[in-house]
Amino acid sequence: MISRREFIQASLAASTILGTSGLSRWSRAMAQQSLTQDQLLQFDAFGNVTLIHITDIHAQAKPIYFREPEINLGVGEAKGRPPHVVGKDFIEMFKITPDSPEAYALTYENFTDLAKSYGKMGGLDRVATVVKSIRAERPEALLLDGGDTWHGSMTSFKTKGQDMVNIMNQLGTDAMTSHWEWTYGQDRVKEIVETLPFPFLGANIFDVEWDEPAFEPYKIFETGGVRVAVIGQAFPYMPIANPKWMFPDFSFGIREERMQAVVDEVRAEGVDLVVCLSHNGFDVDRKMISRVKGIDVILTGHTHDAVPEPVVVGDTILIASGSNGKFVSRVDLDVRDGRMMGFRHKLIPIFSDVITPDAEMAAVIDAERAPFKTELEEVVGQTESLLYRRGNFNGTWDDLICEAILSERDAEIAMSPGVRWGTTLLPGDNITREDIHNATSMTYGQCYRTEMTGETINVILEDVADNIFNTDPYYQQGGDMVRVGVLGYHIDVSKPIGELISNITLLKDGSDIDPARSYVVAGWASVNEGTEGPQIWDVIESHLKKTGTVKLTPNDSVVVTGA
Amino acid sequence: MKLTRRDALGLALGGVAASLLPARAMADAAADAIAAFTGGAATGTGGITLTAPEIAENGNTVPVSVDAPGAVSIMLLASGNPTPQVATFNFGPAAGSQAASTRIRLSKTQDVVAIAKMADGSFVQAASTVKVTIGGCGG
Repeated sequence: MISRREFIQASLAASTILGTSGLSRWSRAMAQQSLTQDQLLQFDAFGNVTLIHITDIHAQAKPIYFREPEINLGVGEAKGRPPHVVGKDFIEMFKITPDSPEAYALTYENFTDLAKSYGKMGGLDRVATVVKSIRAERPEALLLDGGDTWHGSMTSFKTKGQDMVNIMNQLGTDAMTSHWEWTYGQDRVKEIVETLPFPFLGANIFDVEWDEPAFEPYKIFETGGVRVAVIGQAFPYMPIANPKWMFPDFSFGIREERMQAVVDEVRAEGVDLVVCLSHNGFDVDRKMISRVKGIDVILTGHTHDAVPEPVVVGDTILIASGSNGKFVSRVDLDVRDGRMMGFRHKLIPIFSDVITPDAEMAAVIDAERAPFKTELEEVVGQTESLLYRRGNFNGTWDDLICEAILSERDAEIAMSPGVRWGTTLLPGDNITREDIHNATSMTYGQCYRTEMTGETINVILEDVADNIFNTDPYYQQGGDMVRVGVLGYHIDVSKPIGELISNITLLKDGSDIDPARSYVVAGWASVNEGTEGPQIWDVIESHLKKTGTVKLTPNDSVVVTGA
Repeated sequence: MKLTRRDALGLALGGVAASLLPARAMADAAADAIAAFTGGAATGTGGITLTAPEIAENGNTVPVSVDAPGAVSIMLLASGNPTPQVATFNFGPAAGSQAASTRIRLSKTQDVVAIAKMADGSFVQAASTVKVTIGGCGG
């Protein structure tokens, strides 16, 4: 048997995606000459079992830009450890060449230049090419989808997820778990699940009334001559982070003891390998596998982290495969005598200009888009600034959204949710209606307008901050900080709830927020039933039609300490 | 529109706490209840399993279960509630197991505490922090 150390080295070697041509400001053609599909797919098959993991696609069927975070702070034991390493630190930690294709795919450094050189990433027709290539070598490879698949685009919104269901059926999913899927409502989820040719797994999805398991917890596959149990773990904080009224009959939660019981159950059935397909988020999963015994591989999702090497915790390997179709993970495993003897892993970056689209999948995607093509492609404005969202505190997309809310809804303060989805636009790009939906699409997008006291605003900021910076991962919900327009504040991420936030000021005049005063606040994505207001994408479109070109000034309204 | 404080909090985008107070020192009322149950004896750990959600999906009805094999009595407390005593479960000699499940209402983020009195008169204790929050910020 190979030692754990050798496993890691083997995976590191396979994880070195490409050659080492350091290039800055190369022409696009030059840059792409150094990349080939064969290099991207190169993998020395290992062992007898292959897993293919993709997660958090957020309905991005077409290639996109997605800038990885500039700020992604870890607290407690996660401080300074992946995925809480960004930019140059990430490049050093994983020994990546600056300005290389890997640096572009995995970090925010020099993003605009590199994006122009290397092009868009993802596209499920390219992903299909990768999956087919792996299956040509390993016909029994299992394709596991970590969820957040049916939500995140205009076409998925208009078809209530059906476009993505059809696309994923074409891709050949073997099992999935869920999160935003539930925001189409429990009836729609049940309606789709009945049609799926694969299981919709969730060991932690319970019936509210009886507190009993409500969905298939696992499926046992025969593959590579062994039996593999795939256990699903849906997003634990569904009814807290998303509108509970949309799925009132179901309860979620981490339910660590339930996960242990299910692992024990499949072990008792004599499976050779236990895989957990999770939407817990990276830090939650790292904690869970340190406490639940018997999981060999955990495929994590939710927090959108792309980590080029597996993280090994005890006897478990943790795989994080990014988001938005940017990456596919291939994990080959040597499973013998009822145990995992070794692994080889590669986080495959989907460079859309390098990987040939699969013609069959391209046709399916085009057919799904055809009824909406004119609406999707209508140009609403232009941007001179890089528009991105991902990052703990603010992103330019939300600066733009808050600006639109303030102007269109006549509010004093704007709020925009700290979700981690939302694609990126480069300076000089047109902003199409589809682009606006990629940053805002949801089934509860009403832009409300209400009054809140300064005290309430403080409570909101404290509570959201605790959801991100609580030192116990089990109390983290996995989003980023709520974005606030025209407010500035200080945050000390080393402090407990109640002491995280200070110095909340109105930026226009630098005055302190008065706890007793009432402010007119507008925002979107309320979890309350019956929220009224125009859809946020219409608010943005109306704003852009008046302003034309977006030009944002750098936002330094949040002062962070304690990191 | 007229909003209650709870509605207003729910409108905001992040998960929103009903209270900012972390579970700090246990309230006096809870300490008094524990003292009355144990007669002031020291409580150990282990041999008692308390299962509660980390974050309550609905603070008005939080499922909690406790299991303490060999216990004769288990007291359950919501340490941060105005009236902390939730229930005391007594197990006769014929009881097949010494476990109980119930749902409790939590007024704010706090520790739920279970203390079991064992057959030999010793006490063991387990606690679990349950965060009570409304609102959301999904990834």
